[in-house]
Parts: sequence; structure tokens; C-alpha cells
Amino acid sequence: MPDIDLSVTPLRELNRTLHNLTPETNERHWVIEHPAGRHAIAAGLQVPITVEINGPVGYYCAGMNKLATVLVHGSAGVGVAENMMSGFVHVSGNASQAAGATGRGGLLRIDGNASSRCGISMKGIDIVVQGSVGHMSAFMAQTGNLVVFGDAGDALGDSIYEARLFVRGTVKSLGADCIEKEMRDEHKVTVHDMLKKAGFDGEVDPSEFKRYGSARTLYNFNVDHAGEY
Amino acid sequence: MDATPRTTPRKSATFDDYSLSEIRRAAASGIYDIRGGGAKRKVPHFDDLLFLGASMSRYPLEGYREKCATDVWLGTRFAEKPIHLKIPITIAGMSFGSLSAQAKESLGRGASQVGTSTTTGDGGMTEEERQNSTILVYQLLPSRYGMNPDDLRRADAIEIVIGQGAKPGGGGMLLGQKISDRVAEMRTLPKGIDQRSACRHPDWTGPDDLEIKIQELREITDWQTPIYIKVGASRPYYDTALAIKAGADVVVLDGMQGGTAATQEVFIEHVGLPILGAIRPAVQALQDLDMHRKVQLIVSGGIRNGADVAKALALGADAASIGTAALVAIGDNDPALEEEYQKLGTTAGAYDDWHEGQDPAGINTQDPALSARLDPLLGGRRLANYLSVMTLEAQTIARACGKSHVHNLEPEDLVALTVEAAAMAKVPLAGTDWVPGAKSHE
Repeated sequence: MPDIDLSVTPLRELNRTLHNLTPETNERHWVIEHPAGRHAIAAGLQVPITVEINGPVGYYCAGMNKLATVLVHGSAGVGVAENMMSGFVHVSGNASQAAGATGRGGLLRIDGNASSRCGISMKGIDIVVQGSVGHMSAFMAQTGNLVVFGDAGDALGDSIYEARLFVRGTVKSLGADCIEKEMRDEHKVTVHDMLKKAGFDGEVDPSEFKRYGSARTLYNFNVDHAGEY
Repeated sequence: MDATPRTTPRKSATFDDYSLSEIRRAAASGIYDIRGGGAKRKVPHFDDLLFLGASMSRYPLEGYREKCATDVWLGTRFAEKPIHLKIPITIAGMSFGSLSAQAKESLGRGASQVGTSTTTGDGGMTEEERQNSTILVYQLLPSRYGMNPDDLRRADAIEIVIGQGAKPGGGGMLLGQKISDRVAEMRTLPKGIDQRSACRHPDWTGPDDLEIKIQELREITDWQTPIYIKVGASRPYYDTALAIKAGADVVVLDGMQGGTAATQEVFIEHVGLPILGAIRPAVQALQDLDMHRKVQLIVSGGIRNGADVAKALALGADAASIGTAALVAIGDNDPALEEEYQKLGTTAGAYDDWHEGQDPAGINTQDPALSARLDPLLGGRRLANYLSVMTLEAQTIARACGKSHVHNLEPEDLVALTVEAAAMAKVPLAGTDWVPGAKSHE
């Protein structure tokens, strides 16, 4: 199990080493010490390895992740797992703005709160936030699922496309074209399966969540809806 | 009988025919006018500049014998693999979605034949354009449609798009008529809906964050790939300075004449600067930070011929970029299609309803039958010819000014025909030593 101390090893060297791993590598579990809020740690991984980071990370940790599992034992800065393609990213602390932004696949779990714009422009990623999410979360969200155990701030799901949002607590306000929708059995199954994948097996009742999604009234420009924009 | 003569009917210069027609159109439809292309109004441009040429005090080069180099290195500041172009003219970002696959292939073929680059657009990278473009610049846009690390790594350069000249401060727009199955899939959107992409990047705000975003892109690409920042011309001095500060290898500056696939007419005509007024402030920022020629400057917006290229370079740019002109070269607005343009209520040379997807030239469309009209081999050949002509023209001018490389052209080689152009380009009005607005020490 390689153990990298970022107070000694330059970040560029670490990332390059991780990028050069092949899918057949037997170095499958990496531990990173003293991240000290550095940016872009473990960004651009592309093989199914596990990277454990002991401490807080800066911006874009696990950015564009493919296949890898990245475990952050601490808090994460802006854009954790941005544009993730696949794999699993788990932040044990809080996450800053734009967590999981534009993510196209994979699963992002945040044990604390996520700040504003969580899941902004998401394109297929699944995000589970145990705490609350800030304002403008799921702005222009295209597809994927956002599950929030706590509350959501202002303008949740503004200009949302086909992503599905599940919030257990209160929603301060909904953004343009985002409405509450019926939580049908299929949606409970979706939430259940996501939670199971994220490591919550049976502890949380999916029926406690409310579902939000697109009213689809802004999909084609209609002058009578101009005031909504 | 009243013999008092009447004055001839007089139309208002303010309420001209176009303004009246727009008022009627707005009153009937209730929605702003959307179109493609760039600013159509007359603005100060390269036509308002002239080269002085060699004379008693300057020595010209022989037109057909002495070498006048045209190559450009881009991305020499940080990237381990900078780009080397044979000509100082690149193809600007235009999306698959806005353009047909055949048009994208034509651009790739043409540019590759003469050793220059093409650029993806707000729709991701297609296999066809990667295959057909020897040097491909991959755009990172606010929408992030199709963005993925594999394409990022197989790009020859990355262009972070902050804005474009036709609409600085505006996001992309692709209306439902052009969202085909393939376009919808690439953008992860339902088919047939109006796609209005974001105008702000989702995961950074401001130049300090952008610096960190660039660091992430460099980490993902292991510091191999040049990173450009593209801005619409609005505050070129500060935008260029901030792009340099954020860590760009190359700054791309697009004037208001630069085209777009679709946006509001009012945006195109009333926001942003003509490219002539933007180059000198950008170059000044590069010089003030001791980065001129270290961070390269590409300018675009209304480049039509080798003279425009030469003038852009003389003002301090490292390369010029073309979009609209490249489309015309492969067949856009061809008078041979006049009958079909008439059916669309327009005429060759004026057709700009690119968002409607009915382009008879098969370029600005996703309609399979229309797209099939464009032969990518022929389109590529035509673009290559055109790029060669532009390069030869720029060389002709450079040799006449005694330059062995087109980059040796300088503001001292230029004069202006109008006071406005003299002030914007910071060169003297022809026949005078007057540079309007220049401080006495300049």
C-alpha cells in the first residue's frame, strides 16, 4: 500500500504517478498524508484504485474521476468530484461550493453539508448529502439524482432539466421551472438503491423524502413565460 | 389649382427601413430577434488601416525569393507540448450541433492540409473532428456538454471559453430544431428542446478561482497541453492581464464581428467591442506584464483576408482566427443557392437564420438531407485554398514592409485612414504624426 506524504512529494509527481497506473496494477490502495488543502489532489484518475486522503483537500479533488474510489477523511474545497465520469468519491466532512458539478456518472457522498451550487449542471452523477445543501443547488441539472437528508437553500433546481432531486428536510425556495412532484414507488426504489450504494443500508426511509423536478414549461421559449426567466 | 410643389417623400435616418421592420416584427411576435453571425453594422475595422511599405528608409524583401516565415508557436509558457502551426491563422471554435458533421469534417480537413488547428465547440468533441484535425483545440465551456477527461487528454490544446465577441456575457443557444438525436445525446439533453447553455462556469467564479481551475486541468493532462483563455472583446486590457495572472498560455480575443450560431440580434449588435479597438489594449497588458510573445495572443472577429491577418499581427497579435470566413469558404451563403435563400425569405450574403437548421448549404444544420449536400473533401480543399491565399497575402505585405517573418510586422508599419481607427489602433492618421488619444510621451 503506497503511502504518499504530500508535505514531501510534489502534487504533480503524485498525480502523474496515479495517471500512469494501468488497470492491471497491483498497487490498488493508496494513502495520502498531509494534503493540507492542496488543489486537484487525485484529479483525473482513470483506473479502479482506492485513494484515501487523510485530511482536508482544496479545490477539485477527484476532478473528472473515472473508476477510482477516492475517500477524503476531512473536508473538501470547491468542485469536489467535478465532472466525475464514474467511480465513488466520499467526503467525510463538509464540501464547499459546486460539489459534483457537471458530473456525468459515479456516486458522490458527502457526510457533512454541501455549500451552494451542489450538483450544478449535473449530467448523470448521483449525489448523496447527509447534511444540507446551499442555494442554487442543482442549477440547470440535466440528469442524475441528488439526495439531501437535510434542507435545501434558495432556488433549488433552478432551470432544471431531467435530474431528480430528493430532499428530506425543508426547501427554502424552488428555482424557475422546478416543482415538487409525486414520490412514487419507483422513486423510492431509486433513493433506496442510491443510499445502499452510498453505504446506508436500511437506516433511512426513502418515503421520508420529497421529490422535485422540472415542470418542463421552459423547454421551448414561450413569450408568455418570459417573466419566469 | 394648387401649384405648390411638394417635397420629395423623405424617410427617417433614425427610423430607417430596418428599424421599422424590426418594430413590426417585434410587435407581431412578442419575442426578440434571434440570428447567427456577428455584428453587421459598420464599425471601425482593419479596412481603416494601411501599410506604409518599404521606401527609402526601409528595405523590402523579394516577393518570390526571399523567405518570409509564417509559423507560430502557441503554448510555450507552461505546456510541455506547445503547438507549432505553419500559418498564423486558426479555425475558431464552432460546435457540432450548430454545424453539421460534414461542415466540421471540412474544417478539420482544410486546416490540417495547411498545418493549422481547428477548435471544438459547445457540444463536445466528435470522433470525426478528432480524426480529421491534426491539431485540435478542445473547448471547456460553461455548459460542459460532453466534457470528459479522455477528450481532454487527446486534445492538442484546451481553450477555456469565458466569452465570445458576438455576445460577451452570454451563453450558448441552440434551438430545438437543431437538437437531433446525436446532438441531444452528446449534450445529455432531451431531444427537441431549446438548449440555452450557461453563461458562467459552474465550478469557479472570478480569476482567482480560474487560476486553480487551470491548475486542475494541467494536473489532469500532466502539464502537457497548452491552455488558452478565450474572451469576448469588452475590457481587453484587464481581461488579458487577468488571463495571464490566471496562468493562461494563450489569450484568444474575439471582437464583436465574430459570429455565433445563434443569439439575440440586440446582443450581437450592441455588446462588445470591434476587434480593432481591442488588440492594442490586450497587447499593452501583455507588454506591461512582460509577457508579449511569451503568452501568445490570437485575435478574431471579422478577419477576411491576408491584409486583415497582417494588420492584426502588426498590432501585436501572434495569430488570427477565422470562423465566418471559413464557413463562407466551404460554401455558406453561396449565390449559387440564391433560389433556396429566396424561399427562406432572404438572399445569399444575408442568410443568418442559422438557428433554424434549414441551411441550404448543409453547414448550419442537422438535417441529414441538407448536410449530405456538403462534400467534406471538397469543403476541406476549398478551405485549404483559402487559408493558403490568406497566408500568401499576409506574406506579400510583410515582404513589402521588409519583414522576414510575419511576426516582425509592427504598429510602425501602419497608418490609419480615419480618426477613429487611428485612436483605436494607436497609429497615426495617414499623412500626419497625430495619434488621437496618445499621451505626449508615447
